[in-house]
Amino acid sequence: MKAGVIVFPGSNCDADCMWALQDILGVNTEYIWHENKNIKKYDLIVIPGGFSYGDYLRCGAIARFAKVMESIQEFSSKKNKFILGICNGFQILLEAGLLPGAMLMNKTLKFICRYVNIVTENNMTPFTGKMKKGQVLRIPIAHNEGNYYCDETTLNNLIKNDCVVFRYSDENGSVNDNTNPNGALYNIAGIINKDGNILGMMPHPERAMIKELGSTDGRLIFESVIKYIKNN
Amino acid sequence: MTGYNIKITDEIIKEHNLKKDEYELILKILNRTPTIVELGIFSAMWSEHCSYKHSKPVLKKLPTKGKYILQGPGENAGIIHATKNLGIAFKIESHNHPSAVEPFQGAATGVGGILRDVFTMGARPIAVLDSLRFGNPESKNTQRLLPSVVKGIAFYGNCVGIPTVGGETVFEDCYETNCLVNVMTIGTVEKKKIKKGIAKGIGNPVIYIGAATGRDGIHGASFASAELTAENQERRSSVQVADPFMEKLLLEATLELNDKGLIVGIQDMGAAGLTSSSVEMANRGKVGIELNIDKVPKRETGMNAYEVMLSESQERMLMITEKGKEKKVEKVLKKWGLHAVTIGKVIKKPYIIVKEKGKVVAEIPVAPLADSNHKFFPLKRQKGIKPKYLENINIDYNLIPIPNNIEDILIKLIGSPNIACKSEIWQQYDHMVRTNTWTLPGSDSAVIKIKGENLLIATSVDGNGRYTYLDPYRGGAIAVAEAARNVSVSGATPVALTNCLNFGNPEDPEIFYQFEKAIEGMADAAKILKTPVTGGNVSFYNEGKDGAIYPTPIVGMVGFIKGTRYVKQYFKDSEDVILLLGQTKDELGASEYLKEIHGLIKGPVPEIDLKLESQIQKTIRNGIKAGIIKSAHDISKGGLAVALAECCITAKLHGEKNIGAFIEIQSDIRIDSLLFGETQSRIIITTSKKDLNTMKKIAAQNKVVLTEIGKTGGDRLIINIDWAAKKCSQKINIKITDLENIWMNGVNKYV
Repeated sequence: MKAGVIVFPGSNCDADCMWALQDILGVNTEYIWHENKNIKKYDLIVIPGGFSYGDYLRCGAIARFAKVMESIQEFSSKKNKFILGICNGFQILLEAGLLPGAMLMNKTLKFICRYVNIVTENNMTPFTGKMKKGQVLRIPIAHNEGNYYCDETTLNNLIKNDCVVFRYSDENGSVNDNTNPNGALYNIAGIINKDGNILGMMPHPERAMIKELGSTDGRLIFESVIKYIKNN
Repeated sequence: MTGYNIKITDEIIKEHNLKKDEYELILKILNRTPTIVELGIFSAMWSEHCSYKHSKPVLKKLPTKGKYILQGPGENAGIIHATKNLGIAFKIESHNHPSAVEPFQGAATGVGGILRDVFTMGARPIAVLDSLRFGNPESKNTQRLLPSVVKGIAFYGNCVGIPTVGGETVFEDCYETNCLVNVMTIGTVEKKKIKKGIAKGIGNPVIYIGAATGRDGIHGASFASAELTAENQERRSSVQVADPFMEKLLLEATLELNDKGLIVGIQDMGAAGLTSSSVEMANRGKVGIELNIDKVPKRETGMNAYEVMLSESQERMLMITEKGKEKKVEKVLKKWGLHAVTIGKVIKKPYIIVKEKGKVVAEIPVAPLADSNHKFFPLKRQKGIKPKYLENINIDYNLIPIPNNIEDILIKLIGSPNIACKSEIWQQYDHMVRTNTWTLPGSDSAVIKIKGENLLIATSVDGNGRYTYLDPYRGGAIAVAEAARNVSVSGATPVALTNCLNFGNPEDPEIFYQFEKAIEGMADAAKILKTPVTGGNVSFYNEGKDGAIYPTPIVGMVGFIKGTRYVKQYFKDSEDVILLLGQTKDELGASEYLKEIHGLIKGPVPEIDLKLESQIQKTIRNGIKAGIIKSAHDISKGGLAVALAECCITAKLHGEKNIGAFIEIQSDIRIDSLLFGETQSRIIITTSKKDLNTMKKIAAQNKVVLTEIGKTGGDRLIINIDWAAKKCSQKINIKITDLENIWMNGVNKYV
């Protein structure tokens, strides 16, 4: 399999995603410059975190117009092609309309960088096959705008279709206001599209790959999708 | 020579912060009256910020040589040897005055400036640390400054994608109107790709890259070289505006230019912008530079040469490439959405020549502007006078009652501003990006992995203004010793330091005395601990309406761990043996205890025996290398009791379980000195029982005292003191969750 990590001007977790995929998991991975439209050869594309175009307008609002994003639409409609948007990558997927909803400023009005617990709500997706339902992962967040929001109908549809993949929880998997770091609706930390090939999440799995960094739970997400690609 | 027909009057000279004798030097150098542009250039280059005219003779006392030094002081950043092919570039810099006036932009641009100093050397920044000083956390001004400074640092560092991995925040009334914002950056560079701020090759083009020049920050360097008054607080145009996205592009473009071998010399347009970058590069290359102001990209219309030369607009670099390679440079910059504009050339005549609309508006020999050895350079040779306040600074111990409520005191101290948890600060910084942060902030030192090498870096910033105020020599020495100790307790060998010297007005002989003595202390400590200085920054004129700040030398220390053996400060497992490395003396002076409990800022500052310090640090490193030390924590603010409490309660923030402790100590010194005194050269360590004898042997080999004081376990911190002198005992017995709550809420609520 082949993975690609998109690089926008201002991406800054691109090298970390490359490290996670290539150095830690041994996946053949390349950077994809934002002007590159030829992305057919990849099986998995990661849209990494960072501050694409400085995020001066609205997070991800400019990146969605990048040339590579034109191809992403088509890429996502193909069978066995997967997209993982992390943090700013998730925000870009929302701006591009590939996932529903929007991001608001954290309820604390502050940037938050720390480890959080997220509970796996749906373990039947290609990205969560190695987890058990209800399994709690310890993965860091680092964002200013991670307060997920959508209207009621959209939320009901997300829930009904099992598209809410991760929710902010405590270490035992209980979900409540105290376990919600940023004010996200329904404690949403990550959602997937109905076809199950586009996952957006605010926490950074690429930062939880080795025990020295505090957790290896991030591996499960990458390993799940790698395994799925290899088996299909 | 044209000069906008502005007559150079005494008033104009004064406005440029130039002294009469300095103006006389200008006349001697030029043999004529300067133009206004020239006057501006002299003013900027001879400001303390750029010239170090007051500090240079004293700074010569600092050791700058050693086996690790690859690039010492004088460049944009120092560099040390890390591995065969890799160097570590690092430097610290202040942005105090801009932050005091406009805290968000001031702090943000402070980060930007020091990042550029590092990547201009060809290094990729991998970590940022910050050292902050504010007044009382409850004061209105602190509540204006603190949250905005933190947001400014976060805004910039997070966006560029460089983790802020460590730092310190201290509150003292003296910083009320003149806060301190010191930022350090560390970067990695392949030795063969190191670049310098040098102009070479007659005829080579001088290329401008980055943001366009605006009117922001005009005369920022001279702004930083005068006291903050209500009047110059109004000088908002002296504060620059930050664009971290531009910085990120500039960073990537610069490193790509370097990879492609397109850089002859390069320098950030920092303080005094285009003026200092062109003059300093020309001076290093013993050549001249001719600049055409008409070519400089400008953000505003109608900007003249004077404004362009003195603007401190951010995110700009000046580089020299080989003639004929301009197109290749342009191609790289275009990829990153930037432009390269040739604005001048390297010339043989060692002059800085500025042309505007075809006319020469400035023509100055470079050497007297930038070379402190030049006969016309305005170097000040001052002598300090011992300040009067130092005559009656020490406390009479007999007047301090011996406490009988040590648990209450511990509770008060653990929640006091200088000791309480600062997680609301460092969790606003992305401290994990680049996935190298092996020890998170809030520890004695940050530990960073260098990927692809068998190497960890430990780093810490430290300084104690109160100590330095009460005893400038010891304060300087302890700043170095503590920074080195913080690095050693992670298992790293400290190898070199950068310093940021924050003082008041150096023209005051009493302030100058503080400066001289603090440097002497730092120099002695740096020599004995074998941590030479690779460069740094001097920030004078830190004075507000209440007078000078405490003299505050800040040390940024870098140390190496070969391999992966490192430890953290908090207790790791239950049933481990707790040991005290070093000995507690009857020292209460200058402590947080005296300040918080008795309201006293009094000496004497704890003694520092640098030879002993060196042995203690060697012992801890040997123990960690041997793999038998499970945790190690330096004893500093708040003394032994606070350090023990921190070992119990800091695990949780780092993702592990807090563990209590049972301590039993017999002592014949005052109980408050024992528990809360700040005797230097002490470390709390834990080992498992089976390794105790090995640890004792290592301590004995290094001739240092090691005392078993208790064991880990449970959910309480219990300290039993058997006080021989008074034939009585006292105890602390408190749930660690209670301690943790108080510690968590002491400062975080103000951020």
